[in-house]
Amino acid sequence: MTDLGTSLVVALDLISSLDPDLVEIVLLSLRVSLVAVVIASVIGLPLGAAIAIGKFPGRTGVVVVLNAMMGLPPVVIGLAVYLVLSRAGPLGAYGLLYTPTAMTIAQAVLITPIIAALTRQTIEDLYREYREQLQSLGVTPFRAMFTLLVDARYSLLTAVLAGFGRASAEVGAVIIVGGNINHVTRVMTTTIALETSKGNLALALGLGIVLLCIVIVINGITSTVQWLIDRQQG
Amino acid sequence: MADSESHHSLNQDPVDMLPLVVDGLGFSVREQWLIKDVSFSLGARGRTFIVGPNGAGKSILLKICHGLLSPTTGTVRWASGSSRQQRQRQAMVFQKPVLLRRSARANVEYALSVRGVTKKDARERVDRVLEETGLAAIAHKQARVLSGGEQQRLVLARAWALRPQVLFLDEPAAHLDPAATAAIENIIQQVSNAGSKIIMVTHDLGQVRRLADEVLFLHQGQLLEQAASKDFLAHAKSQEARAFVEGQLLW
Repeated sequence: MTDLGTSLVVALDLISSLDPDLVEIVLLSLRVSLVAVVIASVIGLPLGAAIAIGKFPGRTGVVVVLNAMMGLPPVVIGLAVYLVLSRAGPLGAYGLLYTPTAMTIAQAVLITPIIAALTRQTIEDLYREYREQLQSLGVTPFRAMFTLLVDARYSLLTAVLAGFGRASAEVGAVIIVGGNINHVTRVMTTTIALETSKGNLALALGLGIVLLCIVIVINGITSTVQWLIDRQQG
Repeated sequence: MADSESHHSLNQDPVDMLPLVVDGLGFSVREQWLIKDVSFSLGARGRTFIVGPNGAGKSILLKICHGLLSPTTGTVRWASGSSRQQRQRQAMVFQKPVLLRRSARANVEYALSVRGVTKKDARERVDRVLEETGLAAIAHKQARVLSGGEQQRLVLARAWALRPQVLFLDEPAAHLDPAATAAIENIIQQVSNAGSKIIMVTHDLGQVRRLADEVLFLHQGQLLEQAASKDFLAHAKSQEARAFVEGQLLW
């Protein structure tokens, strides 16, 4: 108990003094996750919208697979990305393994299905409401997709934030492709795992508190966005 | 509206879609015929009302004519124009107003932008229709927080801004109070006076008396009567139509 108390005091001291190691790890974590979210959004939002309004053979199967991919085990994704980026893999020549880029790729692969699947559901619901009006106006499918994405922007922000939350809390995939190298690929989650195993609870606790704060902030933003949607839509 | 004729003139439109000829139209869902063997022809101007009890197939007929549903049998033929030209010259207002999640003004602007109207022309048209429909003061409000009557006026304004040759209306005043209904009917008259053909679904005989030039009476998916509204109201030929006009319960 004394150890825990001491560790907590040291952890709070690390945070309040903006310890350079802690700041470096937090900033790298945010950078990796934010870039992954941007990539996943660029792919997932239009993909989800296209599946929502598209009519093509096997659509139901695609929706089932997409929904199933939301629950993909991160270590499996980490392994797949590892195989692709390793020296013998198709992208081995680029030397991306054990770099923040590899971690970004792994996180993007992990959360793209989440953003796409949530987008698909949101856009499909909205399209059910808009479909006849858009058809009546003569809106092309591509423009309909864009219109729906714009009109569902607040709801979709929730999907994007859910993706960011998932990415920032991820440990399995990033440890496989990042290697948890000090000052290179060490992010909050992997550091917490490592430092805990080493018995260095202070840094682990400090990072845990920061991570918890980030998750709370994300949830706060999500709730605010939801409140704004309700207010806007009367 | 003194200058409603000048609001938009259809005389210069090289594509005159009317008359509309509907021939042997049928629509079935899971082998149940909701509309069966409906044929009629509609002239160039005026206000044609499709009336009948609930479940008669009025809205389905309207959607088939507008191209939102494909008929199981029969054809819908416009006098001229490619399918794109025909689409560009029609507009439809639904019973439940469908509004985008943006301002009232942006809703009208969106429809004009889809139809390829230039920004300058669109601005003038939007200003004008919002003024004519009494929505100018609330143009920048979110469309979806407007009252039911205001929302229905807005969707009519949006349709009017498109300057359609044919405007389809599916019970636009359903669920509205008398004041809001009067406002809607006033706009419909203005659009009609400006040269648009009105094809409207209703089961409100008062509305037929006030607005209709011609009536199509539908019952259980079949067209039982097509007549001038005065003749229909005074001397309906079929037993079902007479019962409907007299306010008897039909199903």
